[in-house]
Parts: sequence; structure tokens; C-alpha cells
Amino acid sequence: MDITWYLVLSAMLFAVGVAGVLIRRSPLVILLCLELMLNAGNLALLAFSRSLGNQDGQVFALIVMVIAACEVVVGLGIIVAAYRRRIPLNVDDLRSLRG
Amino acid sequence: MKEVCFFAGAIGALGGAIAVIALRNAFYSVLALIVHLISLAGLFLLLQGEFIAAAQIVVYAGAVMVLYVFVAAYVGNVDEPLWEPIPGQRFIAPLLGIALFVELAIAITGSSLQSIDTQGPSVALGFGSPSAIGKLLLERFLIAFEAASLLLLVAAVGAVVLAGRHRGAVGGEASPQPENGVRVAREASPAAAPPEATS
Repeated sequence: MDITWYLVLSAMLFAVGVAGVLIRRSPLVILLCLELMLNAGNLALLAFSRSLGNQDGQVFALIVMVIAACEVVVGLGIIVAAYRRRIPLNVDDLRSLRG
Repeated sequence: MKEVCFFAGAIGALGGAIAVIALRNAFYSVLALIVHLISLAGLFLLLQGEFIAAAQIVVYAGAVMVLYVFVAAYVGNVDEPLWEPIPGQRFIAPLLGIALFVELAIAITGSSLQSIDTQGPSVALGFGSPSAIGKLLLERFLIAFEAASLLLLVAAVGAVVLAGRHRGAVGGEASPQPENGVRVAREASPAAAPPEATS
């Protein structure tokens, strides 16, 4: 398979993630859509790494995975904290930082 | 054979991604994301990223998704009202996504990179193996590796601070501990007075 196929698939997955962030209101699903976008980026990184025959892209993908894990942990912590304080879990209502 | 594997993985990944944003129940969205991640790990294997594929399954589809499943079960289903702050948001947003895809596809196929129209150069046997990636991480990318570990530590501490049980939290989970803590603090306050007297 040509590398172009992987890159186009990665663009498709990224676009699906963007559409999800725009459509959905639940912060949990928005976090899932962020995961979709990060994984699309990972796929592109691995495709370029293969096309250049260089392993640096794979290390980059690994670091992206670490960053994604950090983002998930903090995001889910915020969601749980908001749920405990009876704040509605809807991004349209979560407008002020004061809560 | 490679084509069959690629299309199977691509269909799994794309179907999982669309199911994530289309399913109304957040719990099912999490399960769809697991399908997406495992299909993507297959694609990583096709691109000879063996270690990345293994890490994807173990770390992402294993650990991170368990976290998501627990939070989705704890929070429960969030009902999303049909009221829209921007009229027609449900129809404009997919159009924007499609426009972004078309734009990216034009940028990819129109780029003058010659290497993307090939299958990539033939690589040595250990390409993407754990030993090769580990060697790179601990030699060339040592600073990035250490920074990532520090970031993970900070994120773990931040999550504990954010999601930990606070004494004055407003919520239904009020335990008798707050009053106990207040009493302890009141009793302890006379003991804290002597340092002020000495100063």
C-alpha cells in the first residue's frame, strides 16, 4: 500500500474527530474525540516514519501517546470533580470558570 | 495480502471513529473507541511500528480505556438536549468536518513529496522493534523521555488534587468527617498559639 492511503485515512479520522468536537456536548465524548484526533496524528507520524525509513517518527508517536494519557487523566479528573459538585455536564452550560 | 489487512483495519478504525460520535450513550462511545484503537494498532503493525502497536494496545486500549469506562459508569449518561445555541449546528458541523477532510486530502495528494507515493524504502529487520525504539529513547531522545515522565507525574498529582474528596465539597456524599475535622482544628488552635506569643 502506498503511504498516501495511510495519510488520507489519517486525514479522514482527524476530520471525524473535529466533527465530533463540534457536534457533541458531553465533555466525556469531547475527550473521546480529542483521542480520535491524537490517534489520527499518530497514524500520520508512523506513515511518514515508514516513508522516510526513519524511526524518529515512532518515538514522536510514543511521546504523543504519553501526552494523550496526561490529558485524559486531567480531563477525567475535571469531569469527576464537576459531577461531584452537581455541575451540569454540558459544555454549553459550562461557560464560567467560577462554576 | 497487505491490501486486505489495510482495508480491514481502515474500516475498523473509521467505523469505530464514526460510532464514537454517532452513538448517544457515552458508554457505547467508549467501547467504540476501543474498537477504533485496536484496528489502528493493526495499521501500526502494517507500518512496521511493532512497539507502538503493542503500546497502543497495552496503554491505550488497556489502561486509558479502563479509566474512561469507570468514569462513564460513574457519571452515567449525560442527556444532550436538542436545544442548540447556534441554530443548525448539527448540520453545519459535519459539513465543516467534510470541508476539513477535503482540504487535508488536497494538501496530501497535491504535495510534491515523492516518497509518499511509494511503499517506503526497504528497512532493516529491527525497524520499530522495542530494542530499537528503546535505544533511541534512552540515547537521542533522553530529555524528551525524562520530560514525559515528569509530565506524567504532574498529571497524576493533578488528577488526585482535582478528583480527590474535599471536605467542604457540596454534594450528596457528605460524610460525618467534616465536623470531625473542624473539631480537631478547633482543639488544635490553642496549641498553635504559643509560637505567636514567642514572636
